[in-house]
Amino acid sequence: MFCDAARRSVPAVLARVVTFAIEGVDPRPIWVEVDIRPGLPTFRVVGLADAAVREARERVRAAILNSDFEFPARRIVANLAPAHLRKVGPGFDAALAVGLLAASGQCAAQALGRWAIFGELSLSGEVRGCRGVLAVAEGARRAGLGGLIVARERAGEAALVEGVEVAAVEDLRGIAALLDGGEVPPPPEPTPAPAGSIVAPEAPDLADVRGHELPLRALEIAAAGGHNLLLEGPPGSGKTMLARRLPALLPPLTREEALEVTRIHSVAGIGERGTLPTVRPFRAPHHTVSPAGLVGGGSPPAPGEATLAHHGVLFLDELSEFSRPSLEALRQPIEDGEIVIVRGQLALRFPTRFTLVAATNPCPCGYAGSDRPCRCGEHELARHRRRLSGPLLDRVDLLVTVARPSAAALAAAPRTASATVRERVLAARERQRTRLAGTTMHTNAQLDAGALRAQVRLGDSARRALAQAYDNGGLSARGHDRVLRVARTIADLAERETVELDDVLQALALRTRESADEALAA
Amino acid sequence: MSRGAQDLGAACEPCLRRSWLIARLTAHIDRAWNARRGRAALLGLDDLALVDALAGDRRDAILAEYDRFDAAAVRHRCAAAAVAALCHCDERYPTPLDDLPDPPAVVYVRGNLSRLERALARDCVAIVGARRASPYGLEQARGLGRGLAAAGLTVISGMALGVDAAAHVGALEADGATLAVLACGPEHAYPASKRRLHARIVADGAAISELPPGSLPRRWCFPARNRIIAALARATVVVEAGERSGSLITAGQAADLGREVGAVPGLVTAPLAAGTNSLIADGARLVCGPRDVLELLFGAAAETLAAVAPDDRRDGLEPDLRALLGRVGAGCDTVAALADGAANVDATLAGLAQLELRGLVRRGPGGRYVATA
Repeated sequence: MFCDAARRSVPAVLARVVTFAIEGVDPRPIWVEVDIRPGLPTFRVVGLADAAVREARERVRAAILNSDFEFPARRIVANLAPAHLRKVGPGFDAALAVGLLAASGQCAAQALGRWAIFGELSLSGEVRGCRGVLAVAEGARRAGLGGLIVARERAGEAALVEGVEVAAVEDLRGIAALLDGGEVPPPPEPTPAPAGSIVAPEAPDLADVRGHELPLRALEIAAAGGHNLLLEGPPGSGKTMLARRLPALLPPLTREEALEVTRIHSVAGIGERGTLPTVRPFRAPHHTVSPAGLVGGGSPPAPGEATLAHHGVLFLDELSEFSRPSLEALRQPIEDGEIVIVRGQLALRFPTRFTLVAATNPCPCGYAGSDRPCRCGEHELARHRRRLSGPLLDRVDLLVTVARPSAAALAAAPRTASATVRERVLAARERQRTRLAGTTMHTNAQLDAGALRAQVRLGDSARRALAQAYDNGGLSARGHDRVLRVARTIADLAERETVELDDVLQALALRTRESADEALAA
Repeated sequence: MSRGAQDLGAACEPCLRRSWLIARLTAHIDRAWNARRGRAALLGLDDLALVDALAGDRRDAILAEYDRFDAAAVRHRCAAAAVAALCHCDERYPTPLDDLPDPPAVVYVRGNLSRLERALARDCVAIVGARRASPYGLEQARGLGRGLAAAGLTVISGMALGVDAAAHVGALEADGATLAVLACGPEHAYPASKRRLHARIVADGAAISELPPGSLPRRWCFPARNRIIAALARATVVVEAGERSGSLITAGQAADLGREVGAVPGLVTAPLAAGTNSLIADGARLVCGPRDVLELLFGAAAETLAAVAPDDRRDGLEPDLRALLGRVGAGCDTVAALADGAANVDATLAGLAQLELRGLVRRGPGGRYVATA
């Protein structure tokens, strides 16, 4: 329907240009209609435009004049349709200018039906890149348009989307030449980033970790089953260093996942451009982050850290220092894999499928249970425990203690690299994929109560051990299921279809703390 | 006594007035206490001498209140808080308290009076110790509480954080009798984080105090409470105490009253063992478990010893689990320390979980494992 409307021939005084607005992280088609008629010289932009769009008038006027075109001294009205959609940002500049040129007969209007135009204008007429180019390219493909005209500097990103011809233009004259039947300037070949530029470093490897056998084993299990993980240990024991190594253990991004990650990061204006990432994103927001910063929000709603960590790892260091509202806000994203933000009549969906790694000191001073004496008072300890016993931790399957490695461990030979561990993780994921084929679940961490009963076959001794742990009172019903999920993953890593005693025992040793454990603490 | 309406005791007016006066003067006592003025004798003074000694220029006002004292109002407050009052003149008043130079005039009880009587009729053992105890200390206190309660003794403690609470928990685990002696009104859970424990103790045993309902704890209340613990118990066992711990005061008071004193030893290098080890050096009985306490009270041939079977949980343990347990008991308590190399982590995790399932170790704070007592 949209394409028919876009291709319909338009009267000479009325030009229609297709561009896109970003709503959340999704592209929405926008028609820029420019009407020029005799009257007092004015230039108005209507259609729920924000400040940046209204300022576009000045940029468009200067850009047109500085590109040696004529700015018609007549009554000009530009409409951004549909009118109900809020238009934000400077990405409509180029489309407005082209609409004006076409309506005033300074460039050909025939080709406007097959191109979407997206970009900001400088006063000199240069076309600049904007956030969200990849999302716009996907929108152009979905709308069935032939091509997308974008700034040369962001054309590489747009070219990641297959099935859309990308025209990489330098300035307004370039667009006019293209529409007048000139050659399509191809996007630049992806070039290796020049030395010294800021690009995401390769994910750190396990090979340079000494000691930490237990946390590394927990990381492997977390990666294999998609389990959320809590690292607990005194300051300086290496919690952050370990968490940063999780992305290297996770399976590489698939092409679809990489596109989605790039689209989100492009909308948020962060990350590498022009090539698809292979390593999963790792986001580590500071503990002062607001709920909106963590899960998305603001006006207009922007993606939060949880969405930026989509398909990757969200690392919350000093978990007990995060505000209660922030942690509460994470519940829906963890539970549903997306967050819905409602603004007026608008409900925006941001994807949030990440693996959560949280780190915390065992107590406010950090030294409870370590070799140094703890200096915390009872109230501080109680507050710390309360903060850590929230509903968020109901979604964490693994608890592992990180201790400062011994001098002997530091002097030991390097261990196996991430790649070796990742092979085991991939094999375990493959087993899960086969077992879960035909369901909406992908990993053991997602197994719901019903699937747990159906999918997890327990050996006799394993069943007895789990029942015993449950009857002893050390496990809640939820805790029981968490142990079962982790045991399933451990068995997958060991390439066993039946979950045996050893798997259940290891899962029990890595279980999260529950109130029963706390009864005697402090 | 009828089972329907709760028996609230029948405290006489002079005794109630005496305990009212103590509560009324609590701030004054606290000041005198902190200034170290005549600590020991303070609670032994009679009513008028107490007012003279403490009230200063408030003397006349307090004496006027004293004369207007309304016993009915106190009884009403007790009933509202479901607290019974046993006064010194009551035949059910705990007789061991008479050994004190300054026995409380009234013992306020939250919980069933006949259960309190039954609990006090048994042999009572006090288990006290550090608030900020180590996992080892908590484990020992819990094990002692469980073992002694299982042997039919009553476990008395102060419901403080750490060792005290662990001793109560152990006794409750064995479905045994336990009494909490509080430094505030008996209906008030102090510390607040032990609310749930307070409720369980009141349900299965009793919480008692010399202070009427509504009293909040002051500094002087704790050592004063300790003298009641020391007097009620035939033996006082200290589990973990620093060099200047309040538990040592309790032990000293117990020794002064001619009660037995025991202490659980610790590492000579551990600050939390300094107090207990010095008690042992001074002649306190070395306590390694419930059996030692029973021997201390009843002699080596006591029948009650049979109730606490020798620890046979280690029998029949696979050799590698036994070795692992031995290393945990020796203080090698983290998975990292227990697993020698990467290859061993899985086996160590599984072994520790096995031991935990069999109740031989417990996973403590910081992921440290401690052998259970």
